Parts: sequence; C-alpha cells; structure tokens
Amino acid sequence: MESILTVEQLSVSFTRYSRGLARTELSAVRDLSLTVEPGRVTALVGESGSGKSLLAHAILHLLPRNAQVSGTLLYDGAPLTRDRAETLRGREIALIPQGVTWLDPMMKVGPQVRRGRVDAASRARCREVLDRYGLGPQVEELYPFELSGGMARRVLIACAVMERPRLIVADEPTPGLDVRTAKRILGHFRELAEEGAGVLFITHDLELALTVAHKLVVLYEGQTVEELSPTRFRAGEGLAHPYTRALWHAIPENNFL
Amino acid sequence: MLHRLQFTAKKLVRMALLLLGVSLTAFLLMDASPLDPLQTNVGQAALGAMSPDQVAKLEDYWGVNTPAAERYLGWLSSALRGDLGTSLLYRRPVLEVVGQRLGSSLWLLLFAWAASGALGLAFGLIAGTHRGRWPDRLIRGFCLTLSSTPSFWLALLLLMVFAVWLEVLPIGLSVPIGAAAESVTLAQRLRHALLPALTLSVTGLSNIALHTREKVADVLDSDYILFARARGEGHILRRHVLRNVALPALTLQFASIGEIIGGSVLVEQVFSYPGLGQAAVSAGLGGDMPLLLGITVATAALVFGGNLAADLLYGVIDPRIRRGAART
Ligand SMILES: Nc1ncnc2c1ncn2[C@@H]1O[C@H](COP(=O)(O)OP(=O)(O)O)[C@@H](O)[C@H]1O
Ligand SMILES: [Mg+2]
Repeated sequence: MESILTVEQLSVSFTRYSRGLARTELSAVRDLSLTVEPGRVTALVGESGSGKSLLAHAILHLLPRNAQVSGTLLYDGAPLTRDRAETLRGREIALIPQGVTWLDPMMKVGPQVRRGRVDAASRARCREVLDRYGLGPQVEELYPFELSGGMARRVLIACAVMERPRLIVADEPTPGLDVRTAKRILGHFRELAEEGAGVLFITHDLELALTVAHKLVVLYEGQTVEELSPTRFRAGEGLAHPYTRALWHAIPENNFL
Repeated sequence: MLHRLQFTAKKLVRMALLLLGVSLTAFLLMDASPLDPLQTNVGQAALGAMSPDQVAKLEDYWGVNTPAAERYLGWLSSALRGDLGTSLLYRRPVLEVVGQRLGSSLWLLLFAWAASGALGLAFGLIAGTHRGRWPDRLIRGFCLTLSSTPSFWLALLLLMVFAVWLEVLPIGLSVPIGAAAESVTLAQRLRHALLPALTLSVTGLSNIALHTREKVADVLDSDYILFARARGEGHILRRHVLRNVALPALTLQFASIGEIIGGSVLVEQVFSYPGLGQAAVSAGLGGDMPLLLGITVATAALVFGGNLAADLLYGVIDPRIRRGAART
C-alpha cells in the first residue's frame, strides 16, 4: 500500500555550548524509520525520553531552532519541506497533543476549535465535530480549565478533525485517563483511520498500543528497533531486538508461558 | 456576586486599617522631627524680637504645647467626621489645598501613568518576541540603565538639555510666569507638564517592560503556542500572546500607581511644579501637620484604590477567577 508518510533514517541532534566555546553534540534521535499508511493506525511505542515527541515535531517542522535534522521525510510521495509543512499544518496534517495545557487558558473552547473563524460554515463544522465526540453546545462556552481530562482530549481531537486531515499525529493523547475513557479515545483514532486517514499513534503504553494499532513500531533510545503486527507481537514471533523481547516479557501473562 | 461583595468589603476594612496606620506613622515621624515649626516658619530673628505673649500665641497655633496623643486623637476624631482641618501654612482647609494640588498633579500623573504603561507594554512585547536578538538586547539595556538612574538626576538632565541648552521647553512651574490664570491655554499647560511627565513616566516604564518581556517569553514557550503553530494559525501574537499577557500587564499597571505618586514628590520638586508632591515637601519641612496628614491619607487611598481596582478587574477578566469563584 502507498504510504502517506515515510520517515527514513531521521536523526535529530542538539548543539549545546558548555563552558566557553566547547560544543557538545547531543544526539536524541538516530536512524528512525517508519511508514504510515492511509486507513491504518501505526503505533510508535517507546519509553519516556526515547525521542517520540521529537519525531512528531520533526514531521510538523516545529522543532526548536537549535535542533539539527537529517534524513528523509516524505508526505504523499513528495519531500516534506518546511514550506510544504507550513501550508499543510492544520489542513492535511494534524497534531493531537497530550492534554489541556495545549489549549489557550484564556480562550473559550468554541473559538479555539474554529481557530477564531466566525463564518457560518466554520460554526456548523465546529458543532458537527464536537457533536461527534459527544460534546454539546454548552462546551463551546467553557474555558479549558473547566474541562475534565477526557473532555479536553475530545476537544483536542475535535480540533484536529475540523479540516478533515489525511495524516494525524497523536502524541501520547491518553495519560491520566481511566481505562474506559482511554479505550474510548482510542476507538476514535481507529474510526478516523477507517475513514481513510493515516494515524500515527505515539505512546509509551504498549498494551494500549496493542489494542488499537494495525502496526507496531518500537523505538529505543532514538532508534526504531522493530516493526511488526500486534498479532505477531502477542504471539512473541519474530522479536529480533532484546528490548522488544524485554517488552514482551514485561506483559504479565507472558511470564506464565 | 456575593463573594465579590464580601471580597470588596474585606478590602475596604483593610483599607481603613491601612489609612489609620499610615496617618499614625506620618504623625509620629513628623512629631519626632527635629525641625521646630516656629523657627522654620517665623524665622529666628523675628522670633527673638517678639514678646513672650506673642510667642505663646504662635506656639498655640502650631500646637507645640499640646501633648502628641491629644493632637493625633483630635485630628482623628475630626477626620472621621470628614474635617481634615486647616493647613497651617496656607491657612485654608486641607481638603481644599489637597483638591487643588491634586488637580494640577492629576494630568501629570495620568499622562505619566498612561505613557509608562503603553510604552512599557510595547517595549516588553517587542523584546519578548525578539528574545536574544538585537531589539531585545537594546530594550533590555535601555530599561536596566533607566531603572538604575535616579529620577531626580534624570529630571536635571532633561532640564539641562531641553530648557537650558535647546531652550524649547520651560524650566519649571505649571503655567507661564506672571500670566493670569484665565489667560493660560491648554497648550501652555501641556508644554509645562511635558518634561516632568516624561521624567515621571520613565520611573514605571522599565519595570513594566521587563516584566512584560518575561511573560511574553513564557507564553511563547508554552504548549498552546506550539499547538497554535501546529494548526497553522495566523495572528498568533494578537490571538494568543496579547490575550495572555494583558492580565499581568494590567495588574502591573495598577500596582505602578504608588511608584508614580512616590516619584512625583521628587520630580515636582526639581521642576518647581506646584502639585501634590511639592505640597507634601513643604508641609513636611514646614511642620504643617494637618496638611501632611491630609496628603498622606489622600495618596495612600489613591494607591490602595489602584490595587483594589486591579484585584477587581482581575476577577472580572480572568475566567479562571470569575467562573471558578462563581461555582464555589
Ligand atoms: N530542545 C531540546 N534540547 C535538548 N535536548 C532535547 C530537546 N528536546 C528534547 N530533547 C531530548 O531528546 C530526548 C527525546 O525527547 P522526547 O522526544 O521529548 O521524548 P519522548 O519520547 O518522551 O517524547 C530527551 O532525552 C530530551 O532530553
Ligand atoms: Mg513526549
């Protein structure tokens, strides 16, 4: 299948100036490769600090100035340059961030979802997407601090689907939610994929990833070390890297086999 | 609504206590002053030529022989009835003197207050959005220099440049010398207020600019700005940065009232500007207790009123306080 996003040998490093002119190169992501296909959920699993958010920000060209990036990024078959990313952001490529701190604390939900637009079409679309996630008209009048954790995630998803994106990058959208709410949120990702979008679901929670993903990519210290289907992972088949095997053993039921 | 009323009531009680404390402190300080009101106001030579009878009358007028506690309580009880007494120097009711002086200071204070707020906010926004680059470094350098410059020194410098060398602005007073009050035009008043107002606005400016810069920097580093960029939003500065910087800026602005009034004492002195600050200096040096207490209480009330306005506005504007409190 033709992929919507291809990442090849991406590396991200930071230059630090320590003591005088001594420059140290801190390499945070090395050799990260993965693909995201339309209609499928690709889960990127890695522990905290393994470089997952850096990948998300690299795709959107949102890395800080002092970051050096190399490698290939292709979107829809063509290089994803900064200019192209800037025109695609918020239209074809959407980020779903972690939580309520990504909403402006001083702005009501409605104008935030609409990005300030006031025309009838935007209002209708906003109503439609909020409705879809079970958020009534009164939610548009709330400020972020008045939202529960689950509501905030649904608002963030609504923000992402306002423009019918073709690629959705969800960076750890579930921490702090109870299992039922988290499962429901994941169901929404699966739904978006079924409607044709490519979904990159980034998480440190392997079990959650297994419940939703069509494909599992394992990230370890800035490198992709494994790519396989959840079914094969569950069965413990073809686990090439020691880290993946450790992950597999960490799942309680596998220790009794 | 109820909690807002309670909040205001609590603040007003605190204000009453504060005014009491401030007036008592001013009274005690003045009472402990080594300046003898008779010698400063009547003069050593004239005093020597007077009969003991006359001296005793003068001593009565300046309240030299009345015990301190009695004098303060006397002042307090008539003040509570709305009578702030009569100025010993001007021989007019204190309220009238304070009102007139405040009237002539008001434009100075208002201009300085508005200018320092507007310029401070603008400088802070420019510096904060250009962090580390030359506009930021220029503005920070400027602000740090200004905040380490005493305002009376700056006043003298401006006087020398604009009034003495360039001779484009008057050297002092609030109206042209010798002009009849009715013939003074607004333009003339503005010309006379320009230098003192400029000096005064500089006192508050750097504080506001530097704080605004920090806040802008924090906001620009926030997750919600990154998200706005991730969604391809335009007008991020207006839509998100200004919105989040406005509140702290407003609080700073109201809190700076005290600084401006305090600064006006020195600045009016340097420019011989006949305002409240100058009257405070004459009252203090001349042993005019009723006037000094009147001015102290009036300015303390102004400063407190400014802070109260900031608190109330915060509650009205910040949704986290407005709605958060409404629900509890
Ligand atoms: N701006 C930065 N400067 C220096 N190092 C950074 C910066 N941002 C991230 N890093 C480093 O890159 C690594 C990966 O970060 P991140 O992608 O946020 O991890 P995570 O997988 O938890 O999302 C971390 O070890 C972090 O220290
Ligand atoms: Mg992260």
